[in-house]
Amino acid sequence: MTQDKLIRRVLKPVVWVLCLGPLGGLAWLAYSGGLTANPIEFLNRYLGEWALKFVIFALAITPLRGLTGWAGLTRFRRLLGLFAFFYVVLHLSSYVGLDQYFDWNAIWLDITKRTYITVGMVAAVILLALAVTSTKGMIKRIGGKNWNRLHKLVYLAAAAGCLHFFMMRKGVQLEPLMYGGAVLLLLGYRLVGYLKKRRRKSRLAVA
Amino acid sequence: MLIKSANASDVKSSEITPKSLFDARRQFLRTAAIAGVGFAAGSIAPPAFARTGRGKKLAGVQPTKWTQDSLGEDLTDYESITSYNNFYEFGTGKQDPALYAKDFQPKPWSVVVDGEVDNPGTYSYEDLIKPHKLEERVYRFRCVEAWSMVIPWVGLPLADLVKRLGPKNDAKYVAFETLNDPERMSGQRRQVLEWPYREGLRMDEAMNPLTLMAVGLYGEELPSQNGAPIRLVVPWKYGFKSIKSIVRISFTKDQPPTSWNMAGAREYGFYSNVNPGKNHPRWSQAKERRIGEFLKRPTLSFNGYEEDVAALYTGMDLNKFY
Repeated sequence: MTQDKLIRRVLKPVVWVLCLGPLGGLAWLAYSGGLTANPIEFLNRYLGEWALKFVIFALAITPLRGLTGWAGLTRFRRLLGLFAFFYVVLHLSSYVGLDQYFDWNAIWLDITKRTYITVGMVAAVILLALAVTSTKGMIKRIGGKNWNRLHKLVYLAAAAGCLHFFMMRKGVQLEPLMYGGAVLLLLGYRLVGYLKKRRRKSRLAVA
Repeated sequence: MLIKSANASDVKSSEITPKSLFDARRQFLRTAAIAGVGFAAGSIAPPAFARTGRGKKLAGVQPTKWTQDSLGEDLTDYESITSYNNFYEFGTGKQDPALYAKDFQPKPWSVVVDGEVDNPGTYSYEDLIKPHKLEERVYRFRCVEAWSMVIPWVGLPLADLVKRLGPKNDAKYVAFETLNDPERMSGQRRQVLEWPYREGLRMDEAMNPLTLMAVGLYGEELPSQNGAPIRLVVPWKYGFKSIKSIVRISFTKDQPPTSWNMAGAREYGFYSNVNPGKNHPRWSQAKERRIGEFLKRPTLSFNGYEEDVAALYTGMDLNKFY
């Protein structure tokens, strides 16, 4: 089997199923009574945390490729990014449909008046833009260079997601800081790479 | 350890989930299924609520006028009250306190009484409680996070205790502290808040007949996750004012510092009266989710105790003194 076939026929389906794992976990928690006395709050937070995790997974692909040297990893980036969007959609649905029960007035007040929801919505809108431009046709239409530029917005979405999580919690809690630290690490890796490249370029220009 | 009382098989009426609550749960599950995010939850019967860790029955509890009937609202079930807690001393997750307070031994316990008071000293829990009759009071409990419960507390009026301790004339406030013992309270190993947890009331708030020192709920000793062995209950204020596992009661001339106010003065005021018109900077306080119900209900001014307590705040701008 060629590497391409291995990725398409075996690895991708496996990763796809793994990405649905959190929903399986949720079904198990529902069955075993693990949704707490406030299942709506639990569901909201569970889905939000998984959305953020998948953003981090997608962001981890580039550094992992650099560290392992396996270029095939890039083939999974879109899949992970789309699953991040999938969990964001579920997170938003549970907020709108269960937590607020389609009280659009209250939702609008939340978006405009509560900073942490505004920040969360910014992240969601960015991921929406990235998701709809993730098809081959869209990449062609936009052009590789512009598409790359557009998809750099995921950095902003990741930061906004972390901020949203941090601001939602009362006091300074550990989990939001852990997510923030992970995103900082992944963005820092890119920054270091970028600075190295620039220095090399300027050295070449001098020579 | 499973503690069985002599007639453990007797089902008290309080153990039976009220019909309306049961229906509300079914309704929630149905709606969740319809909304398409309930997954299996809609088709699988709700789990049986385990009856583990039921505490020791309290003797001689007197009924009061604050009953479930007079309130006209369903009690929150015992399982929810004891499994869904904010008690950061045992972790910040809602289920952490029930999990990590399991081995917490609240007794022996003592409370230091100091400050502007005639009878200062270190009181054992028994010495503090024994001279008083225990009462049952069914109160609404409204968390600042916009969820609420109805809880049948057992305790004694704080006013009676204060009178016995004899505050001096210049005692204007009563300050409380929670146990600070990271060995026994694992959540205190991290500085989520500046430990020990502190709370306080103005003297007239402390003397209000509604204010309760609770030592039990559902007719039994307080479970550790609910603030054993003794905690404050101030039903017209947000839940964080109702400080748990109290080891110190101080009578002070000046307004004492309080934990959440120290952590974020813009978000948590000293008074923190339940006020649907004054939103938390990060979320609305207009509505609340009663645990066990699907739709949010409007939050009542002073949590429904306006008649009893509004006079305490006449002439005060409650938007400023939130």
